[in-house]
Amino acid sequence: MDIFSNIALGLNTALSFTNLLYCFLGVFLGTLVGVIPGIGVLSAISMLFPITFYLEPTTALIMLAGIWYGTSYGGNTASILLNIPGTPANAVTCLDGYPMARQGRGGVALLMTTVASFVGGSIGILLLMLFGPVIARYALSFGSAEYFALMVMGLVAASTISDGSALKGLAMVVLGILFGCVGADIYTGTPRFNFGTLELTDQISLIALAMGIFGVSEVIASVRNVHVGDIDPESVRFKAMKPSKDDVKRSIFPMLRGSSIGSFFGTLPGTGPSVAAFMAYAMEKRVAKDPRRFGKGAIEGIMAPESANNSADQTSFIPTLSLGIPGSPTMALMLGALMIHGIAPGPSLVNDQPALFWGLIMSFWIGNLLLVVLNVPLIGVWVRLLMIPYHLLFPAVLMFICIGTYSVNMSSFEVWLVVFFGFLGYLMRILDWPSAPLLLGFVLGPLMEEHFRRALLLSRGDFMTFIDRPISATVMGITVLLLAWGAWSALKERKRISGLLHEEAADDLTEGR
Amino acid sequence: MKKTTILAAALAAFAGMASAQDYPTQPINIVVPFAAGGPTDTVTRLVAQAMSRDLGQQVVVENVGGAGGTLGAARVAQAQADGYTLLLHHIGMSTAPTLYRQLPFDVLNDFSYIGLVTEVPMVFVGRPDLELNTLEEVIDWVREEGENVMYANAGIGAASHLCGLLFMNAVDQQMTTIPYQGTAPAVTDLMGGQVDFLCDQTTNTTNQIRDGSIKPFAVTVPERLDSLPDVPTTAEAGLGDFEITIWHGLYAPAGTPDDVVAKLSAALQTALQDETVIERFADLGTAPSPQDDATPEALRAKLEAEIELWRPLIEDAGVYAN
Repeated sequence: MDIFSNIALGLNTALSFTNLLYCFLGVFLGTLVGVIPGIGVLSAISMLFPITFYLEPTTALIMLAGIWYGTSYGGNTASILLNIPGTPANAVTCLDGYPMARQGRGGVALLMTTVASFVGGSIGILLLMLFGPVIARYALSFGSAEYFALMVMGLVAASTISDGSALKGLAMVVLGILFGCVGADIYTGTPRFNFGTLELTDQISLIALAMGIFGVSEVIASVRNVHVGDIDPESVRFKAMKPSKDDVKRSIFPMLRGSSIGSFFGTLPGTGPSVAAFMAYAMEKRVAKDPRRFGKGAIEGIMAPESANNSADQTSFIPTLSLGIPGSPTMALMLGALMIHGIAPGPSLVNDQPALFWGLIMSFWIGNLLLVVLNVPLIGVWVRLLMIPYHLLFPAVLMFICIGTYSVNMSSFEVWLVVFFGFLGYLMRILDWPSAPLLLGFVLGPLMEEHFRRALLLSRGDFMTFIDRPISATVMGITVLLLAWGAWSALKERKRISGLLHEEAADDLTEGR
Repeated sequence: MKKTTILAAALAAFAGMASAQDYPTQPINIVVPFAAGGPTDTVTRLVAQAMSRDLGQQVVVENVGGAGGTLGAARVAQAQADGYTLLLHHIGMSTAPTLYRQLPFDVLNDFSYIGLVTEVPMVFVGRPDLELNTLEEVIDWVREEGENVMYANAGIGAASHLCGLLFMNAVDQQMTTIPYQGTAPAVTDLMGGQVDFLCDQTTNTTNQIRDGSIKPFAVTVPERLDSLPDVPTTAEAGLGDFEITIWHGLYAPAGTPDDVVAKLSAALQTALQDETVIERFADLGTAPSPQDDATPEALRAKLEAEIELWRPLIEDAGVYAN
């Protein structure tokens, strides 16, 4: 089929008045939901799901999808301005985004992350348009052995994600893995750390953990130490939003790397934008000439994850649309919106429903453009949020966090979980334990366990399965190289420092004489 | 605080009395104990929509997911028995008493029964590159290879897990069971050829079968399906013992007034004759339950029979969910 006629068909569908309206509604709601901490994309889409009953399937999907990728645009706003991630996928953006805002570069950060989101989104859509089915077929060759190898590589690459004590970082990864263990073991049903409650039979929800540790703890910390005026609202006026030449130059490659990592993880069911954002950040820190700048407002540290989570958002439609298999609960909702109208997604969707498929994809372009148009002027509005006195703003944030976590499963238990993780997060702050590694352990730990055990089940206990399978072996090889490189550069660094010390000592001696 | 409780109780009692005549006077909630967008959710929303029209009140679907459907069921068991909180649950209702050794409700005594909604057939499917063509060949191969055969399921207690137990019982041969977290990753790995077999409801498998990305061997019901006319039944393949459907039932908390139950039952029967419901159910590869089955008695009988059917199978397998 001719790509241009498909594009024309898609544009024809996407540009109809109704679809355009719902696309705008979707991305606007998405931005809003993203900006408000706690109300994540899953709860937003669940709440709006009943409406889709009354819409045309294409229109319904365009709106739901708009919410989905719109959140990634809005999600970084609270990360940067308040140090509270809008969604778990934006948690890593806090690390460098908030320091940038405190340095009076909040406007630059917000503008540049909008650019990053757009670039990431565009690359994702291009891949979806041109190579969707091919990528979907390729993704099928990833079995559990490959997933496990990828997770190992991720953990090794991300081991440097936080500064400070390596021991504390490691301890937090382990704590995260322990939290990830909570719930019934999927292979035997054995309950782990559930204290006899049914509520803990499933895993602890990522939203409850992330919002507690990053959101509630920030609120508690700011009660004790009110820092109104830390961020000068003047710094986000239109003029102050202009990035320097250096900013632009530093951003290009992180955006491209972030988009590739995001696109890759987006296509693998079960991973998604949170993992992608972490990996992109870890990658930037690895390749940086001076990793010490990270965590102190390095622009690379916001550009890479923000382009990664957006491209992952877009490419996660590849398995969903090409195979008819949802990679996440949110994607399952989108397929549900189709199923309720009697459209069954699957490999034949592209041929059976070309107007729906191409209309949706074209709506992604329109939506992303709308988001840029929407977000740049809105930056000024969001920043005014900072002028709301904290004694009004933060209780509101707490309320939204509670609503957001409650509405996913209609469970008040999860609100208590948020409270628990809020206090834990505060304790971690006081004791200077880093929170990013905890989140990383929590996300990757259970995935690693699940795939490790499944890979061994499938190989009937043969460990060689990780090396016999070509993709897995390649990834494992890269991991070994990464480790070797890490050890080598650490050694070199130590030599250099001890060399410097020697010279200094020698200088001292010369001067002393 | 106490005052408000008493007031609330009084109001509830009043509402209970009022319900006898003019039920329903407010929107009705149907709790689906699974996430929005899944097969059970879709079934519920279609039925709820049709019931709204008949009852003259909105019927709202509320998703209370978690713990294999037991959290949502527990919530309804403890809800006011006034006919405004209902539960739509599937076959999991009959396996929960055996699978969960600590269950905060009693399946047989904590609910009133409204009726069966639908029985969704299942399909026994294999990876696309298998060189087997019939269920007989599958059985021979499974007996030959034994535990080298990999059977995927969507997690402990899932329909695909139950179907696997039943199959292994029927052919009297164990396979290696590979649990997944949900149907989606299990189907993905089947399409990718990482595992050999899966048995899941038509809702989750029909499209992939039509596209040729997974291979069907049999449908687990006595008659062939309109949606998959070329796929033989298990009985045709000489495995009559191997029949299973994902039956869905509508429940209310125990103690719901009889006339409210009767009204709901009638509304359910009407909804199941609705054109859109029949059409959409067909898209999902299923059909509404016949009028005789959409009754309290039929649901109770089905539940009791199924509890007894699954108890020995689950106990023999020795796999529990908590």
